[in-house]
Amino acid sequence: MAIKPQLRTLAVIAAAGLALTACGSSNSSTAGSGGSGGSAPCGNYEIGFLGATTGPYGALGQNMVGGIKLALDTYNKANPTCKVNVKVFDSQGDPTKATPLATQIVQDTNIVALVGPGFSGESLATGKTFYAAGLPSISPSATNVTITQQGWATWHRVIGNDSAQGAADAQYIQNTAKATKAFVIDDGSDYGKGLASYVQKGLGSMVTGTDTVQTGQTDFSTTVAKVTGSGADAVFYGGYYAEAGLLVKQLRQAGYKGLFMSGDGSEDPAFVKAAGAAAADGSILSAPAGPAPADFNTKYKAVNGADSGLYSTQSYDAANIVLDAIKAGKTSHQDMNDFINAYSGTGVSGPIKFDSHGDITSSTIFAYKVANGKLDTANPSPIQ
Amino acid sequence: MDFGFLFHHFAQITITGLALGSIYALVALGYTMVYGVLQLINFAHSEVFMYGTFAMAWTVTYFHGTSSSDEGLGSALGLLALCLIAAMVTSALVALLVERLAYRPLIRRGSPKLVILISAIGASFSLAELMGLRDKIAGWFHLDDKLANYVAQARNTYSSPITIDPHKVFEFFGYAVTDIDLLVIFSALLMMFLLDLFVRRTRLGRGIRAVAQDPEAAALMGVNSTRVIRTTFLIGGIMAGVAATLYMIRIGTTRNDAGFLIGIKAFTAAVMGGIGNLRGALVGGLVLGVMQNWGGAVFGSSWQDVFAFALLVLLLLVRPTGILGESLGKARA
Repeated sequence: MAIKPQLRTLAVIAAAGLALTACGSSNSSTAGSGGSGGSAPCGNYEIGFLGATTGPYGALGQNMVGGIKLALDTYNKANPTCKVNVKVFDSQGDPTKATPLATQIVQDTNIVALVGPGFSGESLATGKTFYAAGLPSISPSATNVTITQQGWATWHRVIGNDSAQGAADAQYIQNTAKATKAFVIDDGSDYGKGLASYVQKGLGSMVTGTDTVQTGQTDFSTTVAKVTGSGADAVFYGGYYAEAGLLVKQLRQAGYKGLFMSGDGSEDPAFVKAAGAAAADGSILSAPAGPAPADFNTKYKAVNGADSGLYSTQSYDAANIVLDAIKAGKTSHQDMNDFINAYSGTGVSGPIKFDSHGDITSSTIFAYKVANGKLDTANPSPIQ
Repeated sequence: MDFGFLFHHFAQITITGLALGSIYALVALGYTMVYGVLQLINFAHSEVFMYGTFAMAWTVTYFHGTSSSDEGLGSALGLLALCLIAAMVTSALVALLVERLAYRPLIRRGSPKLVILISAIGASFSLAELMGLRDKIAGWFHLDDKLANYVAQARNTYSSPITIDPHKVFEFFGYAVTDIDLLVIFSALLMMFLLDLFVRRTRLGRGIRAVAQDPEAAALMGVNSTRVIRTTFLIGGIMAGVAATLYMIRIGTTRNDAGFLIGIKAFTAAVMGGIGNLRGALVGGLVLGVMQNWGGAVFGSSWQDVFAFALLVLLLLVRPTGILGESLGKARA
């Protein structure tokens, strides 16, 4: 007797469950057909973005999304009947968060190409997923050398990699700054460690010491003691601006007088703010990209309501390559990938053409200087 | 391993470690006092500290503008005093808000401790994200242009426009001890001394000790426990405000998630010294700051936390209640 009511409850639950799932599937199918019916001539094309838009590096991802939005805004105004949208997947820059998002992205049939991933760590974690699904991607900012050595034929980047930048930075420290002893510091990230190791390789026996700090660290007293104790007249830091700014500030406060140099991860006005004007002055920040054209920021601000920042031009260029492909009707993964591989043009960040690995063929590394309390983003000097 | 380096720069590494540890100690007070009274870890306390750092930086921006400049402790003294007040008030208000919204309704219902703990973690995330979304919030009221100096790029680092440059006061075994080092260390000692006096000598302090020892007996004796709990949060908030000002003088830059790392370290310091014990928070903070720097010097900076936390585990194996033992209630503090 006791069993019967239980069975009945079970049956009710099962029936309810079936009804619910039935509802769910019928709902989604109508939504799908309705959507494609609404814009039948061109399809529902979307550009995926994978990167950090919140979390510690959220500002960088927002710079990238802003670049994509500007490209889309221009395109959609010119093609009002066939709009393309961006779908943002926020990884917070964390490879473990990026992995499940990559699976979501490759299952989304509206996404024709990916702008991203933002960082090197998440690129290495997700590259295989995108390659297996055949989804073409163009990263505006991931510069770790090993990514393009994995044989992922769908992976591209519109930015010079760390070995090119590291070699140029080492050259600058030796030949332009004429330093004799260098101290190399990194933040332990795939990007920072990679870049610092190429600088170290380029400097050879000039390196008197190395240290690794942590992202999010704000007190660098032991690192500072090591630098001042080593008698180095040049410091290279591989990492991002938040730590770089505090590091140079604390170095100067401890009486360090030599050159401070860092890479593109630090090339942001926030570097000067964190360091303070006096401490930041004279710092050299290298980047594999020239200055944005004068009107870029005006247009960017009109669309995004904020100033453009690091990687905005690169993601604008990456989005434009995808939009060119859509315009040419190359929307299948294979066609899109062929289009990107054969692409040759000049974007706002410089000339763009890819080699067989997906690396950009020509990238000039620029040295940006901090002078009079300002990062001079308009007049960098190319490092030859 | 590089013991030679530690040996040659011993004074520098130890004194900077003490300065860092002093800030941990002041934040640790907030954790330890709430634990003493409620036997709960107030995970939102890291955000109380973070709001204080922003109050300091905003005050500088308000009176000085956004142009970057360098000052010494002396020349910026008046402004720093205002910053201190602003940070203390802000942190105290945030602490009271946390108590009012995340604690009191649950304590009143007699909720299990775990529920209150989760509520505190929720408050911590909400407060950190609210700070990170302040540009959007200002946008709702169409204030984002007017307040651009305070809210623009809310997720980015926010720096105090005035950099406080340290000046050498005297030389100590080859290390030029600076005025900022001394200010931070002595302020922490002073605040700790005052708080200790307050808890031991005043009526409200006696109330705090009574609730910490036995909340029910205290209630029977006419102690208003709600008021005592509120006072505890208030004092923790004020201490966090002082810590935030000192931190900003030394570091100068904050971010909406800046509380996290300091919060973990301060909580660790509180446990290391003996949670619930005011003097323990001071000892724990200083020991943690110094150990972290020594570990960084010997094993490399990336190992400093591994070293500090391994030490914590070893210490708790020998003294499970921390260096000075748990007790807010026992008349020691």
